[in-house]
Amino acid sequence: MNLSYLFDAAHWSLTADGSIPQLILSHVWYVVLALIIGTIIALPVGLYIGHTGRGSFLAINAGNAGRSLPTLGLLMLMVTLLGLGLTPVLIALTVLVIPPILTSAYAGMRTLDHRVVDAARGMGMRPWQVLFKVELPMALPVMMSGFRSAALQVVATATVAAAVGLNGLGRLLIDGLAVNDYSRVLAGAIVVAVLAVVLDLILALAQRWIVSPGLR
Amino acid sequence: MSTYLSNNWETILTALRQHVWLALVPVVIGFVLALPIGYLGVRFPWLYHPLVNTCGVLYSIPSLALFVFLPVLLGTKILSPLNIVVALTIYTVALLARTVADGLRSVDALVVQSATAMGYRRLRRLIDVELPVALPVILAGLRVATVSNISLVSVGALIGVGGLGQLFTRGFQLFYTQPIIVGIVLSVALAGICDLAIVGLQRLVTPWTRYQRGAA
Repeated sequence: MNLSYLFDAAHWSLTADGSIPQLILSHVWYVVLALIIGTIIALPVGLYIGHTGRGSFLAINAGNAGRSLPTLGLLMLMVTLLGLGLTPVLIALTVLVIPPILTSAYAGMRTLDHRVVDAARGMGMRPWQVLFKVELPMALPVMMSGFRSAALQVVATATVAAAVGLNGLGRLLIDGLAVNDYSRVLAGAIVVAVLAVVLDLILALAQRWIVSPGLR
Repeated sequence: MSTYLSNNWETILTALRQHVWLALVPVVIGFVLALPIGYLGVRFPWLYHPLVNTCGVLYSIPSLALFVFLPVLLGTKILSPLNIVVALTIYTVALLARTVADGLRSVDALVVQSATAMGYRRLRRLIDVELPVALPVILAGLRVATVSNISLVSVGALIGVGGLGQLFTRGFQLFYTQPIIVGIVLSVALAGICDLAIVGLQRLVTPWTRYQRGAA
């Protein structure tokens, strides 16, 4: 195990192009954008399907269909269609995060205790109040677990962005491989794994913070 | 599209055949390895949490990093298909060991006690009673592992061995969409067929799950 690349101070400079902090920053940028866009698309659809029960077939099968779509192929297809840039990467990564978010939003809404929803209605809550004050908070733990697995997946997969010439931590893997510098490859693998663990910890803390204490 | 197919069907078939091998051999090896590992997590309860955490960390290593790094660790050639097989076996074990443990833990304690009272020794009870009852959970995990392996193989194309993924890299280098589309369609279709095959197998080996639903 050769850790020389990882522990070389020159590779941690904040200003140098392609330094580890800059690659982390661009990697996190792709991840955060994909998660935000994916959530904006998948969450309302998942909530709607879970709330009404209409289209459950879609929600149940979205997970497996999404897993079977090869991200590398989708990314390269988008690049040949749209040209190089951030958009094809974001499309490929967003398609990756939609299924787990959609499926868990649906599952969270479906596994609610129906008596609680009935009680909320009986208290005179309007449909949108039932949704935002009762169903959503109670479905949150399940939804967060789906969001966390989406985040883990996209952190690992965002490395393929480097295969089409973009930045992110995949640069260390692809460039290290190209010049047979395994110390650089190892540095990339370690930083991505640490990033995944740190992100999961942050989301776990966020979950403790936003989930109602009554549900713990 | 049809000229591309008729001119290249041999390349496509070779890629498809390699893809099937690279994806399914790890599923079989990983399944066989995961059974005893998962069982250990149930037999010795203090092992369960370390097991789950280790599996989680292993699964968060980006596939590209593992593909590139295994040759250094194993001393194999970078172009050896063995790297892909070992990497995907690691993912399969990480996914299935946990599922096996969860499946065995979900077996009703009363069922286990009845089997013990009927004179079953530990090993016979495991094979004849606990394992069959846990099968639906284990096979659900096997479906996830199979489908995600099939889509992960293509990432191997970045290091030169990737079954249908080679169609992606070729199309990307030539800026030519047809091989990429053919690769994606075949990969998704392969995943769908394998998924259906496991569902069929599950119906065959767990006939009692169908009757339970009718009786309830």
